[in-house]
Amino acid sequence: MTEKTFSLHGAGDMDTQTLEINIGPQHPSTHGVFRMNVVLDGETIVSLKPVMGYLHRNHEQIAENMSYTGSMPYTDRLDYFNSMSNNFGYAMAVEKLANIEVPERAHYIRIIMAELTRLVNHVSVIGFLLNDLGAFFTPVLYAFREREKILDIFEEVAGARMMCNYLRFGGVKYDLSPEVLARIAGILKKFPKFLEEFETLLTKNEILCMRCQNVGVLPAELAVSASVTGPMLRASGVNYDIRKADNYSLYERFKFRVPLGQKGDVYDRYYVRILEMRESLKILEQAVKEIPAGDIMSKKMVPFLKSPRNFKPPVGEAYARVEAPKGELGYYVVSDGTAQPWRYHVRAPSFINLTILEDLCIGQKVADAIIILGSVDIVLGELDR
Amino acid sequence: MLSTADLKTKIEAAIPGTTLKLVRESLLLENPNDLLKVARFLKESDLGLDYLSSVTGADYLTYLESVYHFYSMAQKSGPVVLRVRTDRQNPQIPSLTALYRGAEFQEREAYDMYGIVYEGHPDLRRVFMWEGFEGWPMRKDYQQEDSETLEMADVAWLENQGVKVPEPIKAKAEELEKQGKRALAQKPGQPEPQ
Repeated sequence: MTEKTFSLHGAGDMDTQTLEINIGPQHPSTHGVFRMNVVLDGETIVSLKPVMGYLHRNHEQIAENMSYTGSMPYTDRLDYFNSMSNNFGYAMAVEKLANIEVPERAHYIRIIMAELTRLVNHVSVIGFLLNDLGAFFTPVLYAFREREKILDIFEEVAGARMMCNYLRFGGVKYDLSPEVLARIAGILKKFPKFLEEFETLLTKNEILCMRCQNVGVLPAELAVSASVTGPMLRASGVNYDIRKADNYSLYERFKFRVPLGQKGDVYDRYYVRILEMRESLKILEQAVKEIPAGDIMSKKMVPFLKSPRNFKPPVGEAYARVEAPKGELGYYVVSDGTAQPWRYHVRAPSFINLTILEDLCIGQKVADAIIILGSVDIVLGELDR
Repeated sequence: MLSTADLKTKIEAAIPGTTLKLVRESLLLENPNDLLKVARFLKESDLGLDYLSSVTGADYLTYLESVYHFYSMAQKSGPVVLRVRTDRQNPQIPSLTALYRGAEFQEREAYDMYGIVYEGHPDLRRVFMWEGFEGWPMRKDYQQEDSETLEMADVAWLENQGVKVPEPIKAKAEELEKQGKRALAQKPGQPEPQ
């Protein structure tokens, strides 16, 4: 072994020293294997560099060496909390590429699943945020109790609770039975009561307010220029929801509002998510009531269910994006006319929303950096891809 | 929202000297050095494309490409797709980070995967692959290392760390070294149509 020598930065004079520490990669508050390289002056953050790639498996390259349908189960593993939304974006991109029409009933089923996913995501994210604040696991368990009920529905519909792999190009894999619709309606009846209970515990809680208000403020101009999307953008007061802006699928048929924050602090991000859940419930109620009968798969695509490798979209490219619970989830697919995509790219909201993490954290205390990261809402499967 | 062809004439009229080409539904910028000017025009003119949704690279064997998807948050319009091509040997494209902060991490990702150097980027480092990694994993000619087989450099490193390397593995590594080959994994082939 060679002898190692250590030298302390600035040792020998009486200047104040900054301290460089690593938060993560194995730390409960980093929501996975994510590292923050933080420089501290006392307890105040001077600089913060996110270090990622610990969970990188080059999803894009794997997808480029696979048939189009072959990547569908892999998209589940991007943001493993919201597999239905991930499927949705990818299916939309390939449908755009190959010009496939989706039957109306399939659109409704997709919207129901996407909004249920949003409930699952927001409720767990708030739970985890409270975990970071020090309310150890009580709010998470309240949240997971409700999440379980929705995951049971996913299991009944798709056969899996988290890795649903439910959507196909041109529709969905299985139909919704009347019993499942009745169960979803049952959840819709009980969920508002749970939200009220949750809010009684949290929204006006003094500790939550003191810790979250005026912490990690994100100005609207910075948010737009840094391509921040999702609840984080709307908490800063920018009215931009892709469900409204693009009117993809059949979202223009549903009446819902886009909740906005005022300051863009951690508290706004928390509260926007609570309000978004209420809007999702509105969409779900309308969808469950109005869902039409009919096909669930486009006739053009039925033969490819059994022989996915024969599916060869025409030469071209498509970019499709959905309002995933974490922000804009985009898929860029280029076809060269063969059974494998020439280029496949995922625009991951978790990744791009982190661009401004340093700006939010500078000048704050270490403990605040933890909750700021919690309020950004990242999932490492999607961030590292 | 203007059609792509109208947009082309509008940009070419506003910025003299730029030439654009229509590629499907997107605009190909012939000279990469005009990128900043064009992006500034898209952002600051009445088009109001204030939101750069996606930046990514792509490899087309004879050249590399950087693709940009612009939207407008204020006018809820878009997308405008802009693409820039550069050669594979010395790929250089101006960075848009100064104009759009959102490009910062995405350009780092494209650099990491394709080796496109974004000039003027404040912090162009690898983002997913580790420091010291060689090669550009998303390029079509990238050959993956075989993690099962050791090379002489690996054996030397392990022995330096005090690990005893079994003889058959060492012999294989020596043979590879003699042949001047690297331990590379087989590329998955094209799937056969059924």
